Amino acid sequence: MTTASLRLALVGAPNTGKTSLFNSLTGSRQKVANYPGVTVERKSGGFVTPEGRSVTVLDLPGTYSLRGRSPDEEITRDIVLGRFDGEAVPDLVLCVADATNLRLTLRLVLELKRVGRPMMLVLNMIDIARRRGVTIDLERMSQELGLPIVTSVAVRKGGVDELLKRTDEFLARSHEAAASQWTTPTIADLKAAQREADRIIAAAVTLPTKPDTLTNRIDSVVLHPVGGLVILAVILFVMFQAVFTWAQPAMELLSDGFSALGQLIHDVMPEGWGLLQSFLQNGLISGVGSVIVFLPQIIIIFLFILLLEDFGYMARAAFLMDRIMGGAGLHGRAFIPLLSSFACAIPGIMATRVIDNRRDRLTTILIAPLMTCSARIPVYTLIISAFVPATTVWGFVNLQGLVMFGLYAAGITSALTVSAVAKFFLWRDHAPAPFMLELPDYKMPRLKSIAIGVFTRAKMFLYRAGTTILSMMVLIWFLASFPTAPAGAEGPAINYSFAAMIGHALEPLLRPIGFNWQIAVALIPGMAAREVAVAALGTVYSIEGGKEAADQIGQVLAQKWTLATALSLLVWYIFAPQCASTLAVIRRETGGAKWMVVTFIYMLALAYVASFLTFNLAQALGLH
Amino acid sequence: MTGDPNSSQDNLQDIRLGHADRGFVGKIIRLDALVTGSSLSPQELEQRLVEMGFVEGARVEILHEGTIRRDPIAVRVDNITIALRRSEAMAVIVE
Repeated sequence: MTTASLRLALVGAPNTGKTSLFNSLTGSRQKVANYPGVTVERKSGGFVTPEGRSVTVLDLPGTYSLRGRSPDEEITRDIVLGRFDGEAVPDLVLCVADATNLRLTLRLVLELKRVGRPMMLVLNMIDIARRRGVTIDLERMSQELGLPIVTSVAVRKGGVDELLKRTDEFLARSHEAAASQWTTPTIADLKAAQREADRIIAAAVTLPTKPDTLTNRIDSVVLHPVGGLVILAVILFVMFQAVFTWAQPAMELLSDGFSALGQLIHDVMPEGWGLLQSFLQNGLISGVGSVIVFLPQIIIIFLFILLLEDFGYMARAAFLMDRIMGGAGLHGRAFIPLLSSFACAIPGIMATRVIDNRRDRLTTILIAPLMTCSARIPVYTLIISAFVPATTVWGFVNLQGLVMFGLYAAGITSALTVSAVAKFFLWRDHAPAPFMLELPDYKMPRLKSIAIGVFTRAKMFLYRAGTTILSMMVLIWFLASFPTAPAGAEGPAINYSFAAMIGHALEPLLRPIGFNWQIAVALIPGMAAREVAVAALGTVYSIEGGKEAADQIGQVLAQKWTLATALSLLVWYIFAPQCASTLAVIRRETGGAKWMVVTFIYMLALAYVASFLTFNLAQALGLH
Repeated sequence: MTGDPNSSQDNLQDIRLGHADRGFVGKIIRLDALVTGSSLSPQELEQRLVEMGFVEGARVEILHEGTIRRDPIAVRVDNITIALRRSEAMAVIVE
């Protein structure tokens, strides 16, 4: 092999510690992207061997066979077979196996062998296997399989030294790939391969007489039909407390930092540079700032998700929630991403990567924005406090709180309904993926691997904030700022802008749902981030900013709007695709504009119909 | 769920894993995916079960059950644990 860089591909069944191995080989030198046109994550990285050879590593989606039952598995198959466009065939296939659990991987190894690529078997987690009393005759197994075998402990320092050494040895020799003899296995092939794998295990592996009972003991508590749900609820409670309270100081710091930066620019810019100053302060800094503020929440959510995933709890949560979610046509694994969406739909949508099946994942992405995210809260509280009296109903329930609860409930109900409808109409011709997953043994999460994972997600989020989201923010600023107000004009400048023109143009369309042109105008900067609409309403109603601005806006709105309009706007905010960043993330995560457009249109239609009904019903009931 | 999985039961000692209770310990006799409540085609279901280690002769034990209608179930198949719904487990004939 004389090429400059060796291409190495990691293949393996789920839960074999493939990702940990990838993390410890490449450290933070990772690139996460999507394969073109599909929702599948492409993870690549690089390292240099002890003898100074550079190696690129591709972490292929986990699979139990090369049959390609899902787009992820098709990618693994096509790359290994060298038929994936734009992706070079790997020079060396590393098949990663969990040394404590060889049955399923060995069958995959036998199948991979037929492909004919140079290959090496990595027995990962060998430390755990040894501790449990599993002894593996490596020489015998290597002989039976006809493959070199290395052991590794991906999560420990030095645990991949042997692998690195063997990679160097491999590179020192020349290798010829044999012609592929792989064909899609039939049931008989699978069974024969499994029998062969079981024979090799019987010949080379001695299992302990006493199996590991710790996992079983934990599971008897964690998967208890009642107790398990209570534990899940407690875990989620802690997670959300963390997301909202721990993140709060950091978010305030970021938010204050961005306003201070904006103000600084405002102050140091000379007079007459109004436009550039406005662009920097209102377009660039506050636009990007309003998204980056969510970074602490994103980091905390992913910290929890990755910890639970590494520990092995995520599969259990899916087990517990499967029937409950299944009623709405959702996969058990959709539970955590949807819950994360209560903080912000962006990490929720990013977290859908734990769902293997493409259709299940798309359904979850479609409904995630319907979960009441924290950016809706300022809008809800503003309108509720202005229009809903703080009276007590049924003796002890605060009416304002009840309305707030109703808005949350409406979001959840509609999300589940949309999912059921999508399952029925969109995926009717496709058999849904059955719930069938391995419950891996519990493992102590390794902090280094978690840290790399959180760092990668944070980097992805910031990259997005810096590219797609930034360009949307600039567009929205442009619409709200141009053309500038003529000299001596009365009223706020936004009233002369494109946003106002669009607002006026939209007014006839929005009148049936009770919106005036001021609301239409405020909805445009509200696309940047939902809560920005509050400030925008203040601007169009010419309210001076300041500490009491929100109270003043409320008072003005209470005079200018009817209750029917206010209710209609509340309902609008449950459904409307009022967040450019979420749409941008959907586009990135689904690998194309199609699902972003679908989300935008269905949410818009839902919002319009629901607001229309609310407004007209409220008017018919005489709520002026 | 749909269909009557009992109708294709040919041996009194053989039962379908989908009908078994928590604590059941047995051995897989064969797979019969023709009559189940699964949405998958019989062939696809059988393939997936084989891929998850449900092969003739494997020892199975039902370790845990879900909250609603005791579904899904967590099954120990030799030395790995698989979670699946009872409708799919109907294809596994055990004794």
